[in-house]
Amino acid sequence: MSDITGYRRPFPGTQPDYLFPPYASTVKRAPTRPLVLLPHTLTELTGPVFGHDEVRPGDADLTRQHAGEPIGERIIVSGRVLDENGRPVPHTLVEIWQANAAGRYPHRIDQHDAPTDPNFTGCGRTLSDEHGHYRFVSIRPGEYPWRNHYNAWRPAHIHFSLFGPAFATRLVTQMYFPGDPLLPYDPMFNCVPDESARNRLIAALDWETTVPDIALGYRFEIILRGPEETPMENLR
Amino acid sequence: MSLQATTSQTVGPYLHIGLTWLITENLAPASVGGERISIEGRVLDGDGNPVNDALVEIWQADADGKYAVKGFRGFGRSATDDKGGFRFHTIKPGRVAGPARKLQAPHIAVNVFMRGLLKQLVTRIYFADEPANAGDPVLSLVPADRRATLIAKPVMGKPGALEWNVILQGRDETVFFDC
Repeated sequence: MSDITGYRRPFPGTQPDYLFPPYASTVKRAPTRPLVLLPHTLTELTGPVFGHDEVRPGDADLTRQHAGEPIGERIIVSGRVLDENGRPVPHTLVEIWQANAAGRYPHRIDQHDAPTDPNFTGCGRTLSDEHGHYRFVSIRPGEYPWRNHYNAWRPAHIHFSLFGPAFATRLVTQMYFPGDPLLPYDPMFNCVPDESARNRLIAALDWETTVPDIALGYRFEIILRGPEETPMENLR
Repeated sequence: MSLQATTSQTVGPYLHIGLTWLITENLAPASVGGERISIEGRVLDGDGNPVNDALVEIWQADADGKYAVKGFRGFGRSATDDKGGFRFHTIKPGRVAGPARKLQAPHIAVNVFMRGLLKQLVTRIYFADEPANAGDPVLSLVPADRRATLIAKPVMGKPGALEWNVILQGRDETVFFDC
């Protein structure tokens, strides 16, 4: 870590701006004054560590948190956490949350007229293994309406929160499903101009992780910021 | 090999479902040495309305300026209440190295997440009456007339109590960093 001088700045067009009027909530919440470019000091190059004392294996199976099984199509969501240099990010905390199969969250502000599921909370967490692999068992979340614009519906998605090795590598994102017809209309999915970057938010159907007769597998690779690699380091 | 970091997306309005299990408002059990402080504040939007669905995370060194030491993780997470309020009970961090091996003034790094933010806001908390602020390599990058937004203010009559707010827009807009 002491060799790291800083993390890479985003590739143009791949990270959202704060103000994005098609997503209405940004208008009163995006900063209006210029951001100050922050050099990466020891503060930004370090970050919290989480362990197996607080994250248990069962926390990664969202279908077994209650007495019964949740309604919906069982899925397995897995992949690797890598940095921009292609190196695995081991032992890092991955938190997820999602709607149930009917597109409803068990949350006091969710008034969508769809049933809650007493057997599904929609919250999971895990630590990536030493090779950066993570794996969740869940059910496919439903689409749901929101009030951003007339007939606004969110595509099916799973929220992801990751830490990585440093304050500067913290990432919150959303995973989408292939072929979802709502994607072209979703202002969140479309918040960046780079089409390849958007498409990397879409998981791939994955036969390797599919469990026959049990659950379809979806693969979602997550890339955290990588350390700047200086010519000096490459020479060593 | 060169990859590009995954695009950030908002935490959305239902962040509590996935993230409240790790709420950590008391960072320092009694065994941790250092000057006890509490930091309380509110998150306010461009209309001055409280933001009741924000998540504030902090990252700090211990009293000796060391990160991630045994017994003191240095990580805090607070979800705002209906008044936009968040709070942390912790210790004042020591000074840590900055660019060119210059020491930085004591500070706490902050990430703010909420519906309407497609990526987190990054800011810092500094301390009033801290002589090291004058030479701090990061504070010195901030326009002088905006530095006060980064400095927690002592609450009169409450020893160790500090107030620090996140003002998203307007005349007193908090300084946010491009991290």
